[in-house]
Amino acid sequence: MRFMRLICYSFVLLGLLSTGRPALAEDTIKLAYTDPFSGPFASGGDEFLKIFQFIIARKNAAGGALGRKFELVPFDDKLQPAEALIALKSMTDQSIPFVMHCTGSNVGAALIDAVSKHNARNPDNRILYLNCGALATELTNEQCDFWHFRFAGSVDMRAAARIKALPADVKKVYLLNQDYLFGQSIQHDSKKWLAKLRPDVEIVGDELMPFGKVQDFSPYVAKIKASGAQSVVTGNYNRDLNLLIKAANDAGLNVRFDTFLAHLIGGATAIGAAGENRLTSIMEFNGNVPVDLKVPAAEKFAEDWRTSGHDTDFSTLNFVTMIDMLTDAINKAGSTDPLKVALALESLQEKDMLGQDVTMRKDDHQLLMPFYAGIFSKDVKYDSEHTGFGWKNYMTASATDLTLPTICKMKRPE
Amino acid sequence: MEIVLVSLLNGLVYGMLLFMLASGLTLIFSMMGVLNFAHASVYMIGAYLAFTVSQYIGFFPALIIAPLLCGLIGAAIEIWGLRRVHANGHIAELLFTFGLVFIIGRSVQMIWGMLPMPYRMPAVLDFPLFTFYGEYFPAYRGFMLLVSAAMLITTWLLLKKTRVGLIIQAALTHPQMASALGHNVPRVFTIVFAGGCALAGLAGVIGGNYQTTEPGMADSMGPIVFVVVVFGGLGSLLGCFVASILMGMIQSFAVVINASLFDLIKPLGVSLPGDNLFTEFMTVPVARIGALLPFALMILILLFRPRGLMGTRDT
Repeated sequence: MRFMRLICYSFVLLGLLSTGRPALAEDTIKLAYTDPFSGPFASGGDEFLKIFQFIIARKNAAGGALGRKFELVPFDDKLQPAEALIALKSMTDQSIPFVMHCTGSNVGAALIDAVSKHNARNPDNRILYLNCGALATELTNEQCDFWHFRFAGSVDMRAAARIKALPADVKKVYLLNQDYLFGQSIQHDSKKWLAKLRPDVEIVGDELMPFGKVQDFSPYVAKIKASGAQSVVTGNYNRDLNLLIKAANDAGLNVRFDTFLAHLIGGATAIGAAGENRLTSIMEFNGNVPVDLKVPAAEKFAEDWRTSGHDTDFSTLNFVTMIDMLTDAINKAGSTDPLKVALALESLQEKDMLGQDVTMRKDDHQLLMPFYAGIFSKDVKYDSEHTGFGWKNYMTASATDLTLPTICKMKRPE
Repeated sequence: MEIVLVSLLNGLVYGMLLFMLASGLTLIFSMMGVLNFAHASVYMIGAYLAFTVSQYIGFFPALIIAPLLCGLIGAAIEIWGLRRVHANGHIAELLFTFGLVFIIGRSVQMIWGMLPMPYRMPAVLDFPLFTFYGEYFPAYRGFMLLVSAAMLITTWLLLKKTRVGLIIQAALTHPQMASALGHNVPRVFTIVFAGGCALAGLAGVIGGNYQTTEPGMADSMGPIVFVVVVFGGLGSLLGCFVASILMGMIQSFAVVINASLFDLIKPLGVSLPGDNLFTEFMTVPVARIGALLPFALMILILLFRPRGLMGTRDT
């Protein structure tokens, strides 16, 4: 009994301590960031957080925005929409004006909806949703919203770049995707762009596999072999991609793997030599792009990331673009008020770190940005994750190439 | 025909990997009555330890050392954890191992990080053993088959044909009597648990480089192993073996079947009404739901034969 009382008292004390905490320095601009930091997708969230810390430290060293520094406030949403909404409540309670979120279109859709409702009800405490990686095309089409800005290419844009980057001698492809929202939209958009751009290509296999449940890919490899495909076009990532390529390599299956996401963190390590000269991916950035484009500043940025104690490679150029554009919009608006910043962001045109044109389209708040197609090769200046293999770029899809029509009908605040 | 034979071989290899993992669990489950949720976590530890050890002294010493270390970890868990919890009954033990899953998962992430490890198969085993309808059969898979077969025979002989096995069986079914006869029953429990964990560790050494060594590997292998144990039946190593091979075959054949339930009844001249849930269910190809079939089978067997395929007693 006495023990229980002790526990109760300590909780009360804890509560008093946390409410009595002094308000943090008023002069920082708070950036909330929600992503999974626990559970099976924690490796991605963890890595993104480090990248944001790196980018923001540099931004602050360069003076921040309006003479104020940025402060990153992370929240763990466990890749669950419900958890993200709880986190959102906590952000708005603290009057944080901006929320960044990069993983999971299901979470993204929930956030768009919740942010929109919150802003309508609380015009004096609004929040702006900066999306850095929820990719479902719908988020800037049917579900588009004034308070949501996407700083990452949609599935549709990626698929267009992916099919564009398919070599001309590939005539038979096998589509293999994960059986959930993201995989299905990749399957749908790949077929759409194949029909549009490459009518000469025959689809010899079109398959959905259970997401994250397959332990042994040899049966799929046998099926791919029997189909006579030259290339497997797949949106698979992490384990679902690594095991597939390993199994194909073990079985001596000689096909290309034209993927959407093989460059994600850990991919190079897990795949290794099995992917040499036959694995391709569609990327926002890799260490060798600035070498090809001769942009020493961007090359140094990637180098600094690698030499500052990170085992991984810098690949999310769009995060830098996002923070840059946000800073410029805040400066332009002269305020951190979400409405003013949103209006300043719309139609904002800039050059990214590589000197390429990027535009925040006003119609749907989708960033129009370029993508780079690379093949996994030894013949590169910078390798990935110390594997000896890196991404050798063989095609660029510019922002103009990827300016796709939108069906967004946005409701704008008066 | 060709694809049938290739699938048969694939199913056999995957089934044997499942068996390696499941045999340790079935041993612990059937003898101690503890459904060890943390079994797949020990499998993960085995893979990580093997990776670390193999970096210093090579793969083959790791093949011995990593399972031994896993056995020691298992013994520690039994002595300082399970034995205390045991007094409170099976539910407490179940919850204890359930908690362990999270602790082990988090520890592995803290020690080795969240990224996959570059744990590769040894160069001596990295060549195609033979070509089968134009597809390589890697030597490493042959090695996997060999190790799991050796494991099956050794475990079976140990339990059925030796004095040690006799004492273990006696201690597990009649603990008071075995104890009265002068045998140290708690130690027998420790040995069984440690042995089961060592087998999981061995599966980890072999499976870690066959698949990938990363923090999610325990979560992805865990459920299917339970299916094998429940399906195979309590107290039966042979049942576990048959169930493992069966699950391996089901998964590898399901993938190559593009037909759906509807294709079965189509010849009867049946047609389906428009676009609704039932139509969707009938027309989904088997390949798309292949990985879920084992779980459906588990439900069926629990409904119609709760003791499992070759179980000797009900739970």
